Amino acid sequence: MIELKNIKKSFNGRPILDDINLTINDGEILAIVGPSGAGKTTLLRALAGLGDIDSGEILLDGKPFDPRSSDLKNNVIGVVFQDYNLFPNLTVWENVTLAPKMVLKMTKTALENEIKPILTHLKLAGKEGLYPFELSGGMKQRVAIARALAMKPSVLAYDEPTSALDPSMRTEVSNLLLDLKKDGVTQIVVTHDIELADKIADKIFRVNAIS
Amino acid sequence: MQYIETILPSLLAGVLVTLKVFVLTIIGALPLGILAGLGLKSEFKIIRWLLNGYVWLMRGTPLLLQLIFVFYGLPLINITFDRLDAALFAFILNYAAYFAEIFRGGFQAIPIGQYEAAKVLRLTPWQTQRKIILPQVIKNVIPPVGNEVINLIKDSSLVYVIGIGDLLRAGNIDAARDVTLVPYILVGVIYLLLTAVTTIGLRRLEKYYNYYR
Ligand SMILES: Nc1ncnc2c1ncn2[C@@H]1O[C@H](COP(=O)(O)OP(=O)(O)O)[C@@H](O)[C@H]1O
Ligand SMILES: [Mg+2]
Repeated sequence: MIELKNIKKSFNGRPILDDINLTINDGEILAIVGPSGAGKTTLLRALAGLGDIDSGEILLDGKPFDPRSSDLKNNVIGVVFQDYNLFPNLTVWENVTLAPKMVLKMTKTALENEIKPILTHLKLAGKEGLYPFELSGGMKQRVAIARALAMKPSVLAYDEPTSALDPSMRTEVSNLLLDLKKDGVTQIVVTHDIELADKIADKIFRVNAIS
Repeated sequence: MQYIETILPSLLAGVLVTLKVFVLTIIGALPLGILAGLGLKSEFKIIRWLLNGYVWLMRGTPLLLQLIFVFYGLPLINITFDRLDAALFAFILNYAAYFAEIFRGGFQAIPIGQYEAAKVLRLTPWQTQRKIILPQVIKNVIPPVGNEVINLIKDSSLVYVIGIGDLLRAGNIDAARDVTLVPYILVGVIYLLLTAVTTIGLRRLEKYYNYYR
């Protein structure tokens, strides 16, 4: 369970996040919706340790937790970026296994045993040797998901998972997220796509643009 | 033909010296250039300021002047180098400055998202550089670095002025002694061969790095 308490953040004196309070329970899908510029990405970045907050507290299973702390090993928050940010110089397999190998020190056998099933589950079996430029948008997104899941995060967070894809892929994305939910993955979906949020989310949190 | 055979050994000895200057300069200037390139986008203003000054100095004055300064100038304040060391000192510092500019651009071209993805995966800054950033930078900078490498082959002839027995000096000695153009032409041909071989090598390297985009 992750709780955000009284999160505040402003840029150059302009408040973007104004006293955000929300809770996400294990196994849930939480959608964070709101118009463009409302601060959804800012919130996600704070949660992922990519941006700081001015005040407030983040709790993981009731204990204070600092996503920016460098002694965290497993990435508590896995992030699927809006344009995926795959490493173009690495194959699918290398993209997904780099951090488990270097950070979690997983052995070769452990990688085979634990990562292969993730790839298979995400319909990436047989694609291990391909480079990102050889993949379709949907495949890139699934590699990004696999890469985040391989680090066994407590929560998987997506920034606008449908925005970089063809509209016809929306159903696929929602099925994929619901599928992961069945496996018990806790997910946060930042989106301006209200329809998607309605379809998949257990809980919808609205961020309003502050004027 | 007979004449060519008689002067070839002295020219080849000169080529070895030229290659030595060339290879040792690359070995010294590339890593230094990468470090300086990183330093040029350091968050510390003093480091950026110093490195910018260094690059400005090295690129804004002739390499020939730098070479003469190190070998003939510095001894006046009691800093002496032997000839080859003086040449390498000047060449490495000079070329590292050009490489630094190239690498600075190379690092700048990597999207910030690459660093952020690495960060949320908990890779250390060093792991991020080694596995993700540097390989992409190297791919991007092969063409401009290659240009400098070709320039270096030709620039290496500047060591002539501090009395190093490189290819050009070998040819010049033969030409003066035998009063003929042939050694100069031969020297030109050998430089052409060296640049051609290097160009082919660089093309191969570029092609090799085409395995991803
Ligand atoms: N690093 C930053 N510096 C200054 N302003 C920023 C920065 N990041 C975001 N903003 C501003 O904060 C607001 C919210 O941005 P963002 O969180 O990206 O919104 P959303 O994802 O909901 O579209 C925008 O007005 C944006 O310009
Ligand atoms: Mg956004």
